[in-house]
Amino acid sequence: MNYTWHWRVLFETEPGGTGTYLQYLLAGLGWTLATALAAWVIALTIGALVGTLRTTAMPWVVRIGNLYVEIFRNIPLIVQMFLWFFVVPELVPTALGDAIKQMPPPWGMFWPAVLCLGFFTSVRVAEQVRAGINSLPRGQRMAGTAMGLTGAQTYRYVVLPQSFRIILPPLTSEFLNVIKNSSVALTIGLLELTGRARAMQEFSFRVFEAFATATVIYLLTNLVVVLLMRALENKVRVPGLIAVSGAPQAGH
Amino acid sequence: MFEGYDFEVIRTSLPYLFREGMTFTVTLTLIAMTGGIIFGTLLALMRLSPFRVLSGLAGAYVNLMRSVPLVLVIFWFFFLVPYIGAWIMGASRPIPVGAFLSAAITFTMFEAAYYCEIMRAGIQSIPRGQVWSGYALGLTYRHTMAQVVLPQAFRNMLPVLLTQTIILFQDTSLVYVISATDFLGAAAKIANRDYRLVEMYTFVAVVYFVISYALSMLVRRLQDRIAIVR
Amino acid sequence: MISIRNVSKWYGTFQVLTDCSTEVAKGEVVVVCGPSGSGKSTLIKCVNALEPFQKGEIIVDSVSVGDAKTNLPRLRSRVGMVFQHFELFPHMNVTQNLMLGQVKALGRSTEEARAKGLKLLERVDLLAHKDKYPAQLSGGQQQRVAIARALSMDPVAMLFDEPTSALDPEMINEVLDVMVQLAKEGMTMMVVTHEMGFARKVAHRVIFMDGGRIVEDAKTNDFFGTPRSERAQQFLSKILHH
Repeated sequence: MNYTWHWRVLFETEPGGTGTYLQYLLAGLGWTLATALAAWVIALTIGALVGTLRTTAMPWVVRIGNLYVEIFRNIPLIVQMFLWFFVVPELVPTALGDAIKQMPPPWGMFWPAVLCLGFFTSVRVAEQVRAGINSLPRGQRMAGTAMGLTGAQTYRYVVLPQSFRIILPPLTSEFLNVIKNSSVALTIGLLELTGRARAMQEFSFRVFEAFATATVIYLLTNLVVVLLMRALENKVRVPGLIAVSGAPQAGH
Repeated sequence: MFEGYDFEVIRTSLPYLFREGMTFTVTLTLIAMTGGIIFGTLLALMRLSPFRVLSGLAGAYVNLMRSVPLVLVIFWFFFLVPYIGAWIMGASRPIPVGAFLSAAITFTMFEAAYYCEIMRAGIQSIPRGQVWSGYALGLTYRHTMAQVVLPQAFRNMLPVLLTQTIILFQDTSLVYVISATDFLGAAAKIANRDYRLVEMYTFVAVVYFVISYALSMLVRRLQDRIAIVR
Repeated sequence: MISIRNVSKWYGTFQVLTDCSTEVAKGEVVVVCGPSGSGKSTLIKCVNALEPFQKGEIIVDSVSVGDAKTNLPRLRSRVGMVFQHFELFPHMNVTQNLMLGQVKALGRSTEEARAKGLKLLERVDLLAHKDKYPAQLSGGQQQRVAIARALSMDPVAMLFDEPTSALDPEMINEVLDVMVQLAKEGMTMMVVTHEMGFARKVAHRVIFMDGGRIVEDAKTNDFFGTPRSERAQQFLSKILHH
């Protein structure tokens, strides 16, 4: 293959003048993580709520939950991203729409991306929460009720604490997915890591150095997250309790 | 909200959207599904083999593909395939390769990692007794795999494989980043040409929703009928 | 026909078989019994190399099982095995189950294989079920098909790994009857089982295993009449009270 590697490009100044290419990429990592974390907060909150509601016995609640899940599951992420960025400002009342459109970059791209990722991921979190709750033997819920706890109390003190530990591993992989999925935001102009790698490639013509560096950064980030989560799992582990690992799921 | 919603632009662009765009999307999906399952099964067998080199290589490949965003992988192959083409053909400069071929290779290689994990779980779920029983008859490893294990593993994993394919179908929309004219790309072209982003993008969302939802309902029905009774 | 000489096997650091030796002559029927965990299933799986062993040697019809140069598929195609959980292939119907080994391992033509399979199916009295799938058959029927499947390979010896342990009591006899018939026709058989009635009826010798060792190896009458080891006596007194 006729390609001469030129790794020193990482230390050359990028055209915007903000610093070296390496710093440029690392700033992108910052945006990636910021987007991912903000989206994750939304995803956890809504996802836990929807997932829990779907395990209740109230039929219309379950039906709304199912509808919510199906909508966000059957539309590609990039299409959802376009909807949040291009379509939502047009559909909301004009005053709000104009305010949104006037947000300066990068915030004008950041918030739609965060909302998009948040809702998209909330569905997957909801599925994990639902599976986690359902994997608990029914006897647990019955024991809580038999003691005189209300439904909500049973969930709060008996069901959810156990389910939380069960779903910690799949939630870790969901968080890793959020980090990966944040790359789709480059299509609406958010300059996260992959977007910057692409920009670096366009300006410097050093195709493989740019993408290889981005790849390594993603891999390292992955590693750090996995290690942190493993530490968290160890901290909350109940002695002697082995969580049941689920069947293989399709997904990214 | 719907005042001034221009249904006309959707109606007139339907032929273009489906003949150019959807054909691209569907063809890409089918190619990546076929290639991905074949390569994925091969990777699964490698991961399960007792030879450390094979299982290590396959494991590294799968973990790499699953740790990196698909968008990045699309860029990688978009730039890499011309170089590989030149290397294969012995040319001195990278061979220009169209967006479709690059995407086809990308999605096959990427999805293979996911299909691999599905097949691996499927193969491991077949009781050891089946393997012993095949060997006891005098079947070789190859025959036992091909005649006894894989047919059962496929049957069991078919719903999950199909669900992964539905996800693949949706993910092909990411070829937008290399300006390919898939369904979304075609809609984007119309949207930008006629300044009708709301109409085109909502239409795209609805179409994807209808197709994906219908397919997932089919898979659910299939799941009930196909389980192998032990 | 089958020679087991000083065979020892470890799973990691745990020793499951210790210095096992015995012989099964052509036409002999040998029953292997013992408490669970005694290693009897492991031993029989070593005979056709489904389980590897680290020390000793096993010779089957003049072929050394442990030798690295031995063609294992060929060896296995000549020794029939029947499993506790039948292990019919659930995605194939009965006829296809009977044909697979013949066609792929022995290279017979499909017509030849089908003819042979159906003949054996008739012998175990199940010809009417030739197009059924295993899940549609009872346990006893499945096990009889499994025996027919093993016989379709024209084996020189048959290995049975607790063939009736997974069966409901009503079905045990239909399978034992087939095995008794097989023994009377002179098949070399090594049978791991708890069915002492079967042993008394057709076995020439009984081997008793405990803790991975062969503790007793005697002619059937001697074993049941005057067991020499205390362990064997204990075992017999416990199980013969049914």
